[in-house]
Amino acid sequence: MIKNFLMNLLLSAIWVALTGSLYYTNFLFGFMLGFFVLWIMNRNETDQRYFYRVPKIISFVFYFLYEVVKANVQVAFDVITPKYFFKPGIVKYPMSARTDFEINLLTTMISLTPGTLIIDISDDKKTIYIHVMYLTDPQTFVRQTQTGLERRLLAILR
Amino acid sequence: MIEIILGFLSTVGALSILFASIGILRMPDFYLRLSVTVKASTLGVGLLLICAAIMFPDISVTTKAIAIIFFLIITAPIGAHMIGRAAYFTGTPLWKGTISDELAGMYNEETHRLDSEEDESDDDIHDGKPNIAKTDEETK
Repeated sequence: MIKNFLMNLLLSAIWVALTGSLYYTNFLFGFMLGFFVLWIMNRNETDQRYFYRVPKIISFVFYFLYEVVKANVQVAFDVITPKYFFKPGIVKYPMSARTDFEINLLTTMISLTPGTLIIDISDDKKTIYIHVMYLTDPQTFVRQTQTGLERRLLAILR
Repeated sequence: MIEIILGFLSTVGALSILFASIGILRMPDFYLRLSVTVKASTLGVGLLLICAAIMFPDISVTTKAIAIIFFLIITAPIGAHMIGRAAYFTGTPLWKGTISDELAGMYNEETHRLDSEEDESDDDIHDGKPNIAKTDEETK
């Protein structure tokens, strides 16, 4: 896993050195080429996790950007129109993330989505308390976050 | 082509910062103000920095912009979390339209310890009443 990633970085650095133009687009292109080469070379290996994980990470980044933009448009619409459409509330959210790193990433992602704000994490690290702006029903919010953001994030990390 | 992308991104970034500042004025309570401001300003500053990175074809500008965005994304949610937690401790009231407060009564009043399940023993300290604002009607 780590070995494959370092090999991929090395291949893209070699690509940048050989082509001689130090732009991030060229680096990205080299990374893609290196990923392709590694994928062809490692098709008979048993450990294929790296090659499943990189597309998942890219799709997660785009999913997250889409969510952020969607929620931002909703909040902006609510700010500039005279009527308040939101129903705020504090929700108790049971996490399935366990280690500190997973909790850190999950709370950062939830915080960066507009309309949600982490108030606190319980001391036994099982639940977090989220202040939500558009809360129609606490159960549906918890279910949506569990099946959407948290499942995708844990699929990458585990 | 590059100019169209630049114009689009910087307009969206500036507009989101503008909406954040209007949100500070218009939102009815502290938590809503906090949650409007932090995210929209993170997105706005991030977009403007991406514009700067695209505009100057210099690798040092790009690396600096990426580093600033990275640290902004790491630090902004933590700052918002700490401010919101401190506000809840000091009893900042929630807006009167708040529909649920599941955090009410979960804190231990002396030690500030937060449990994940409802604890019966300290019911006499805090009777689980959400501190939803009464000040709104009094002031208006």
